[in-house]
Amino acid sequence: MITLTINGKEQQLDVDPEMPLLWALRDHLNLTGTKFGCGAAQCGACTVHIDGEGARSCSTMVGDAEGREIVTIEGLSGKVAEAVQAAWQKLDVVQCGYCQSGQIMSAITLLSANEKPTDDDINASMEGNICRCGTYVRIRDAIHEAAKALA
Amino acid sequence: MLIQKSQAIAPSRRSFLKGAALSTSVFVLGSFVPFGRFAAAEGEAAAPAAAVFDPNMFLRIGSDDSVVVLCKHLEMGQGVSTGLATLVAEELDADWSKVGFDFAPNNPKVYNNLFFGSYIGTGGSTSMANSWNQMRQVGAAARAMFVAAAARQWNVPAAEITVSNGVLAHASGKSARFGELVEAAMQEAVPTAVTLKDPKDWKYIGQPLPRLDSRGKTTGTATFAIDFRRPGKLTALVRRAPQFGATVKSFDDSDARKIKGVVDVVQIPSGIAVLATDTWSAMRGREALKIAWDDSLAEKRSSDAHVAEYRDIATKPGIVAANRGDAAGGLGKAAKSYEAEFTFPFLAHAPMEPLNCTIELTPDGAEIWAGSQFQSIDDYAVGQVLGVTPDKIKIHTLLGGGSFGRRANPVADWAVEAAQIAKAIGGKAPVHLLWTREDDIKGGYYRPMALHKVKAGVDDAGRIAGWQHTIVSKSIMIGTALEPMTVKDGVDATSVEGVSDTPYGVENLAVDVHNTKTAIPVLWWRSVGHSHTAHVMETTMDELAHLAGQDPLAFRLSYLKEGSRDAAVLKHVAEKANWGREMPKGTGRGIAYHMSFGSRVAMVAEVSVEAGTLKVNRVIAAVDCGVAINPDVIAAQVEGAIGFALSAVLRNRVTFADGVVEQGNFDDYEPTRIKEMPAVEVHIVPSAEAPTGIGEPGLPPLAPAIGNAIFAATGKRLRSLPFDLDLLA
Repeated sequence: MITLTINGKEQQLDVDPEMPLLWALRDHLNLTGTKFGCGAAQCGACTVHIDGEGARSCSTMVGDAEGREIVTIEGLSGKVAEAVQAAWQKLDVVQCGYCQSGQIMSAITLLSANEKPTDDDINASMEGNICRCGTYVRIRDAIHEAAKALA
Repeated sequence: MLIQKSQAIAPSRRSFLKGAALSTSVFVLGSFVPFGRFAAAEGEAAAPAAAVFDPNMFLRIGSDDSVVVLCKHLEMGQGVSTGLATLVAEELDADWSKVGFDFAPNNPKVYNNLFFGSYIGTGGSTSMANSWNQMRQVGAAARAMFVAAAARQWNVPAAEITVSNGVLAHASGKSARFGELVEAAMQEAVPTAVTLKDPKDWKYIGQPLPRLDSRGKTTGTATFAIDFRRPGKLTALVRRAPQFGATVKSFDDSDARKIKGVVDVVQIPSGIAVLATDTWSAMRGREALKIAWDDSLAEKRSSDAHVAEYRDIATKPGIVAANRGDAAGGLGKAAKSYEAEFTFPFLAHAPMEPLNCTIELTPDGAEIWAGSQFQSIDDYAVGQVLGVTPDKIKIHTLLGGGSFGRRANPVADWAVEAAQIAKAIGGKAPVHLLWTREDDIKGGYYRPMALHKVKAGVDDAGRIAGWQHTIVSKSIMIGTALEPMTVKDGVDATSVEGVSDTPYGVENLAVDVHNTKTAIPVLWWRSVGHSHTAHVMETTMDELAHLAGQDPLAFRLSYLKEGSRDAAVLKHVAEKANWGREMPKGTGRGIAYHMSFGSRVAMVAEVSVEAGTLKVNRVIAAVDCGVAINPDVIAAQVEGAIGFALSAVLRNRVTFADGVVEQGNFDDYEPTRIKEMPAVEVHIVPSAEAPTGIGEPGLPPLAPAIGNAIFAATGKRLRSLPFDLDLLA
């Protein structure tokens, strides 16, 4: 039995400790906001926060996540998260939207550490998140927008 | 209490509406041709057809004032759900904040794409164009029913009633919300004719209304097909052959079955499927399979051999696709001429949501939950597997996490696999078939590899003397159910579109095409043939302009009709990009123009080239897609098309070593990343013409605009895609 703390709640799971956290979230806890894109930490669609840091849940074993604070898109709260989601909606960043949970999780990590990121900061920090629809222009704009709202 | 789908209406109303539908509510929505643009381009006679018009099939209005538009097209990011709802809301005078959408069921009698004959389907950038009148008529008809109901209740003339933001009002002071009049409005007859608004009265069309799907997609609550959960479902992964055309010779599943969670292993025509209680177990089970493949009929060649074959074929005469004037004679008299070769690799679509499909067998057929893009092909193909007619296959369309063409397949490969697996286990559980990213990149149905050979030249006056153009590619359509609509005398329209029908007034133009044979399956990929033809056309126009010593913009304009929409778009982009302005050393500006799917897009790209490194700094685009229903969605589609196209300019290619695909995930098939994304400006040319598509047309001009900019910066001409930047060093 593995005990995970997800979105502030303890969850008991009877799964292989080597199972990627992504599949525990999606298949065993029905938290489907976290997406499967590549399974190899190449695209960032599966990004969650572990102890406040962005992490690729497809490449994090459930066993290694035990005892740590895991937050998924469904469990977001706080000023930064609200500002990011509001900016994403205001600028209509999404197209297909499949990667956007991960983009938003990464943007929150960035803005939590850097109140006023430059384009270069954004490019460096968001480089691991692929958007196949190519919404990058608006992702950059939305991060600036959220930073402005938080200032 | 609702204007809704007929089955949910009370029996007395249902029979009334049924009678009404038979007697008075039949609209003839113009004429249609199967797979519109292709057949229409050939000038074939269009078969007139009557479409049943009944607003309650496209619209549900609740007593809570909610307005739900049933979306007959797949939402895969292109914004169609917002677009269709905009058209209904405009004529209905609805309150946009109350508007939402649901996907329509797969009833082809109601939800067919009016450009695709009797088929339901989303593609060819036709969604808004085919729905333009239909969805506005739906809104207008429903509005008329509410007005008639209010007129009756208030005992005032209908003409004196106004509707605004979902509220009906009369000068006497009476007013009512849609929700309050739902019961009464349903008692009114469905109008047989409606008058659509004058464009000057539009309130929503032309405005950047917010997308209806933004909230769900930014909170993790949107349900993509992969998120759908059927109780008791098993997850299925398939080990497919390493080479196209290979088949299973024998397999040993004993180790796979030992993996905890693995429930079953079955053979289907494309490989071996492992079914498990969760994805991780299915993955581990699949890894444990031992399979021997029969490769006797497999495509075993490597990419070098493909290119060599295409190059050899290009030296022979192909099937004539276009012949204007005398290209050979013109070239013979050219003052300056050259020959150039362009190669284009196979490309995977790689939508972010991997292919997947949930299927559950029912006593008379099946139910499917998927990001179905061509429902009328999917239900037919699944019906074939199960031995039932398409009407026994119920498709629940869910959000598609991208597609770029991949979810629409003339052979419905992913839906068929899911059905074969469900059948193989006797329907004992619902099956969720999932493709991993490796399955996706290695799984075929690629944008076809293509080789173009162009011989062109100019005369003493700097005019194009002749242009001979040979295209070598595997046809997307030949051998599929769509062949009769898209292939004529051996010429697949999707292999030559953008070349044989170029708007440039080239007097001496000869285009021929060769259809190659390979087991590598090919498919339409965002912008289809235009994904390679535009690059050759616009690079060649640029080369000829330089050969003639003329400005590339002026040279292009001299081959477009004065006052045409084509010329207007080019001029628009040139003005916005300040064409002709001096550029700093190491930078360059390139221009390109292309029409596809009825929409015209011109682009100027600004690049820096330093030490063999390319950076695309800015792209300025001008677009004429007819009436701009939602300018913000149009801008987003062009921005996105640029991001998508850039991956094919910079690096993407699917290559083969002894028939085995060499790429497998986003490390070696890497889409554009944020740091590579240029600044983008999209300018919409105002137009009163009927709307045309915008999902695809933003893609074709990007590569040549960049290539032409590289030439401007370096004097070096890169032709083949992806660009080999080593040639700049």
